[in-house]
Amino acid sequence: MAEALLRRPLDGATVHIPRGQVFIIPDRCKGCDFCIDFCPRDVLVESQTTNTKGYHYPVVAPGKDGECANCQFCTIICPEYAIYTEEAQDSPEANPPLAEVSQ
Amino acid sequence: MAEIAVASHPIDAVLRRDRLPHIWCPGCGIGAVMACYARAILESGIPLDKHICVSGIGCSARVPGYMNLDTYHTTHGRAIPFATGLKLVNPELQVTVFSGDGDLFAIGGNHFIHAARRNIDINVFCVNNFNYGMTGGQAGPTTPMGSFTTTTPYGNVEPPFNLAALAAACGAVFVARWTALHVRQAQEAMQRAMQKKGFAFVEIVAPCPVSFGKSNDIGEGVDEMWMYRKQCVVNDDADVTKIDVTMGKEAELVVGNFLDIERPAYMGYGKEVLGEA
Amino acid sequence: MTGNARVLTGQHFLMGDVACAEGGLAAGCDFFAGYPITPSTEIAERLSRRLPEVGGVFTQMEDEIASMAAIIGASMAGARAMTATSGPGFSLMMENIGLAVMMEAPCVVVDVQRGSPSTGLPTLAGQADVMQAKWGSHGDYEIVAYAPSSPQESFDLVIKAFNTADRYRIPVFVMADEVIGHTAERVTIPPADQIPRVQRKRPRYAPGDESFLPFRAEDEDLVPPMVHAGEGYRVNVDSLTHDEKGYPATFAEPHDRLVRRLAAKIRQNAHQIIEYEELLLDDAQVVVVAYGCTARSARRAVALARQEGIRAGLLRLITLWPFAGQKVWELSSQAAAFVVPELNLGQMITQVERFTSHPVVGVNHAGGAIMPPEPILDAIREVVM
Repeated sequence: MAEALLRRPLDGATVHIPRGQVFIIPDRCKGCDFCIDFCPRDVLVESQTTNTKGYHYPVVAPGKDGECANCQFCTIICPEYAIYTEEAQDSPEANPPLAEVSQ
Repeated sequence: MAEIAVASHPIDAVLRRDRLPHIWCPGCGIGAVMACYARAILESGIPLDKHICVSGIGCSARVPGYMNLDTYHTTHGRAIPFATGLKLVNPELQVTVFSGDGDLFAIGGNHFIHAARRNIDINVFCVNNFNYGMTGGQAGPTTPMGSFTTTTPYGNVEPPFNLAALAAACGAVFVARWTALHVRQAQEAMQRAMQKKGFAFVEIVAPCPVSFGKSNDIGEGVDEMWMYRKQCVVNDDADVTKIDVTMGKEAELVVGNFLDIERPAYMGYGKEVLGEA
Repeated sequence: MTGNARVLTGQHFLMGDVACAEGGLAAGCDFFAGYPITPSTEIAERLSRRLPEVGGVFTQMEDEIASMAAIIGASMAGARAMTATSGPGFSLMMENIGLAVMMEAPCVVVDVQRGSPSTGLPTLAGQADVMQAKWGSHGDYEIVAYAPSSPQESFDLVIKAFNTADRYRIPVFVMADEVIGHTAERVTIPPADQIPRVQRKRPRYAPGDESFLPFRAEDEDLVPPMVHAGEGYRVNVDSLTHDEKGYPATFAEPHDRLVRRLAAKIRQNAHQIIEYEELLLDDAQVVVVAYGCTARSARRAVALARQEGIRAGLLRLITLWPFAGQKVWELSSQAAAFVVPELNLGQMITQVERFTSHPVVGVNHAGGAIMPPEPILDAIREVVM
């Protein structure tokens, strides 16, 4: 029943959610957490290891592979130019139409 | 898809990569604001060789040193008159003054008000972090009342400037205020400033956790960014005289593109005044 | 005003201030930024009429700090730029004079000196800024300062100042005074093609060439080539101590290297810069060392001394800085004494004293009127007794 009540875009079957690939320049990071806190999909967490400056840089959180929507907010909010995303170049199976995304 | 470690960033195209990492502290907002400026340049449609960046002294004044443009790091407070001379000689150049609140509004305050009055065709992008960061966190002309700094150990007793109101009152033709969190809006405001003929002013409120945030119960840079997220109100139609920045825990921080008017730009006292052209 | 030509070739009757303005125009000055101050204001007034006529730009700034900053910015954009002021304004300019030194921005500053300190004597002459010209901004640096003794020389020396500024990439001062600034005399302006013009040294590299280091002095003169804003070189020009690339390098070793070069490019070329006029020095036993308006009185005093049979001569300084110390030292081998008249309480006399072991007598007045010849003559008589 919950499935039936969900609002769905009319073109949901054809529109693909963009998928982002996260790129990191670990040694530039100073650990401010801007990207982690303001990622709208909570894709990022602090790394377990530290970079050469001793900061925990952002990495994709466990289980969040494929969650990045390439909104690029981390790209533009990062004060160190240490992270950016690009649209992932992967197969349609890995980038399913909106209708198939689990709610 | 896990993250991929790489060695460069798309914005590096406008930066002097051999000067990175920059000097700013963890959690400082200046780096994010500089990236807004860099993207605005890339989107401006104006060749990079025609963009000139001039600054005074202070943390924010270090921005031109990282920009891969013709850049001028001048004396404290004097970026605007320096830029005035440069622009008047070569009006083809897209001249931006990028500096901080103390530099532009304390020691450089007189130059700011007169440049706005003349309507010299430059952009002034001001990172407002409420204190003198580079010298270790002293009070300045934007320090909110009651704030603790190294020169107001019992709390600040001087009322601060409302920079947007000041710029508008002095004659700026474009006035905006955003924060280091509003990176898309700040970039767009900067692009509009570049297109504007005349004195265009964009204030970007930014965290200075080390020298201001920690001593004023704000916390880290990211905490101040959350403060912007919760307390900012976008209102392009706000009365600029009523939008002081208090940094109070519950206070609204009004942001927006407040003013966009037309007024003849100052070209200097040159051949145009003869009325023959 | 006399027409639209940039160079007003011909004979004119001009006050020194106006001659300064015309000298600037003849030199190719494109940009003037200034602030009104007596007794230099006629320079700004003249240029506000003349610069628009010749395609240049005049701008009146909010103060002398801004004026100095504006001419440095204009210089960096490629203009020949100047300002003019008097003591109180000269004090305000000192901050950015240091910037011009550090950025190696060629520009010309005319200081029409008045009685000082502080507001002092706005309408009356002084010569008490000459040490400030050398030492006024903080730090070690060398500058060039000329001292005109007439309206004609005001015209000539402003041209020379522009050429010296461009030759060495430095701020150059023309240290006039109220008497010279407000005295009207005949000024001969030569044809435009006879005005000497030194071109700035320009880079031999194309924009984008990685091997180009904009602050490396590749030549023996220690002057790096100059890049102008907007040419594509994307240079950082910094008030901080910088390396040859122009990047901040705030450490002891690059600082010593930079400051030494900034000083050395003037010190090692001083012999090409220093100028003076010699009058009756061949057999002089008493040498009067004078400059500016006081040199006019000194000329008379020397003539009167000669009538009395005293072998007096005049060394008239045209460059105050670098100081003509070598000449004073040479004269010491023949002369027995020096007399240094100045409208201050003893400034350039300290330089004369450095280069001779003979008696050096100052003739001083704090300013307010041109020094008459008589006290100078008295001093000449005194030292030969």
